[in-house]
Amino acid sequence: MGRTVGGPILEVEGISLSFGGVVALQAVSFDVREHEIRAIIGPNGAGKSSLLNVINGFYHPQQGSVSFKGAKRRNVDPHEAALQGIARTFQNIALFRGMTALDNLMTGRALKMKSGFVQQAIYWGAARREELEHRARVEEIIDFLEIQHIRRTPVGRLPYGLQKRVELGRALAMEPELLLLDEPMAGMNVEEKQDMCRFILEVNDQLGTTIVLIEHDMSVVMDLSDRVAVLDYGRKIADGTPGEVRDDQAVVDAYLGVAH
Amino acid sequence: MTHLLYGIFIDPFVQMGTAPDLLVQTLWEGLASGVLYSLIALGFVLIFKASGVFNFAQGIMVVFSALTLVGLNEHGVPAYLALALTIVVMLVLAIAVERVILRPLVNQPDIILFMATFGLTYFLIGLGELIFGGDPKIMISDQLRLPSGSYRIPVFGGYVQMQKIDIAATIIALLMVATLAVLFNRTRIGRALRAVADSHKAALSVGISLEQIWVIVWFAAGVVALATGIMWGARSNVSFALEIIALKALPVLILGGFTSIPGAIIGGIIIGVGEKFGEFYWGPLLGSGIESWLAYVIALVFLLFRPQGLFGERIIERL
Repeated sequence: MGRTVGGPILEVEGISLSFGGVVALQAVSFDVREHEIRAIIGPNGAGKSSLLNVINGFYHPQQGSVSFKGAKRRNVDPHEAALQGIARTFQNIALFRGMTALDNLMTGRALKMKSGFVQQAIYWGAARREELEHRARVEEIIDFLEIQHIRRTPVGRLPYGLQKRVELGRALAMEPELLLLDEPMAGMNVEEKQDMCRFILEVNDQLGTTIVLIEHDMSVVMDLSDRVAVLDYGRKIADGTPGEVRDDQAVVDAYLGVAH
Repeated sequence: MTHLLYGIFIDPFVQMGTAPDLLVQTLWEGLASGVLYSLIALGFVLIFKASGVFNFAQGIMVVFSALTLVGLNEHGVPAYLALALTIVVMLVLAIAVERVILRPLVNQPDIILFMATFGLTYFLIGLGELIFGGDPKIMISDQLRLPSGSYRIPVFGGYVQMQKIDIAATIIALLMVATLAVLFNRTRIGRALRAVADSHKAALSVGISLEQIWVIVWFAAGVVALATGIMWGARSNVSFALEIIALKALPVLILGGFTSIPGAIIGGIIIGVGEKFGEFYWGPLLGSGIESWLAYVIALVFLLFRPQGLFGERIIERL
């Protein structure tokens, strides 16, 4: 591979998050190194999605801190996280259903476009030039994800597998440094999964994007990721290379259940 | 019986054929009032498209902006400065609405937000009466150099009377629609507006700020309201009774679809022309007064056969 894993880009320290009496995360610490593919696994309800939501600002933890690119931040909003270079996809696809695939991807460029309100209103000068530049960049992503044929289709009409791909495309259009993927392969058939794996590896390899992914398919996790963190009931119970985690007794117990 | 059938199906068309100049006159009058309905509907569509909120206060925003303009002028502010200041007031109103109403109610069901706009309506009525008093005011058409008087154009051996202010209103409405259509469909801000309308969660994740988008749409709706207020005010006068015309926007929206800008325009024109035709040709049968309810009947028929409106996005539920 052409990439080299660097120092930590994201450090989550001692995060605790609860909703009323329900504890979602308890003192979870976790780091992500630059250019790596980091997986988070765990049984249903273990707190995996909550952890992603904390990283990208949808949830604000009661305790603990998150540092991104060395700067400690507290309670950022999702759009601030996006500004800092964090993009994500969702477990239950959150696309703009009434818009075409192309417009969905262009929306991902929103933060990179600078022309003012008035210029936009009359679609003049810089606004027009900018639109064309970003369109070219979005077309590259469309080619990469092999979705040329559905460019003009409203995404609400697309089959599930393609919607997932468009959502990845929208996140890529943001040119993020950190990409959070929440179950990118859920509900896909074998071929779609293979395609998605290929895209994730290529993004990581060619663009050097750091990726955090939640996934249930163990063979996918073992093949793709550099390191794996395991959550159970809101606590981290293991962390290490795929091989180490697979042999960990606590992980086996969490997945298979243990006799008390 | 035959007399009635004759009155409904034959006589009106005979009249249209024998007096084509009156036909053109009726058509023009319908068009002129239709354009104003369109402008009000446009304000509704803007806010509905971007935030899914049906803004009941759009009608009072029309009155409030016009009152502010005239009121400032009464206190000695020159007309064009008053116009600029009124635009600033609409911006302040948009920011206040976002801070006080939308932000605390984010993620609440739509009906809650709808009710909140009722509250806003009564607040603005109260505030308007407190500051400017309840008496009708005369629009400052002359100071704003709005055209007055009319053209008499010879048509089919007769004459058609066209008010210059109506012509101006039509041109302004067309310009606003063209600008908004380009803004919505071709630019980053337009995409962001549609994105927010579609999914708050997804919009946030790509870095769109909901607060900023909401201020932009409410401000845009405020400017549209001001344009509407000036045009309506110039035709009649500026009073709280104008708020009633906002209800005319409902049938327009049902015709045009709640999410379509061109729909608002076409819908407004259909309602405006339909009303004038109904009143002029079929009104005498029922002792006139058709104008006040015909629009709602047209809307009802549309609801039966094409509930998404002429241009609305078709609602497809996947089961």
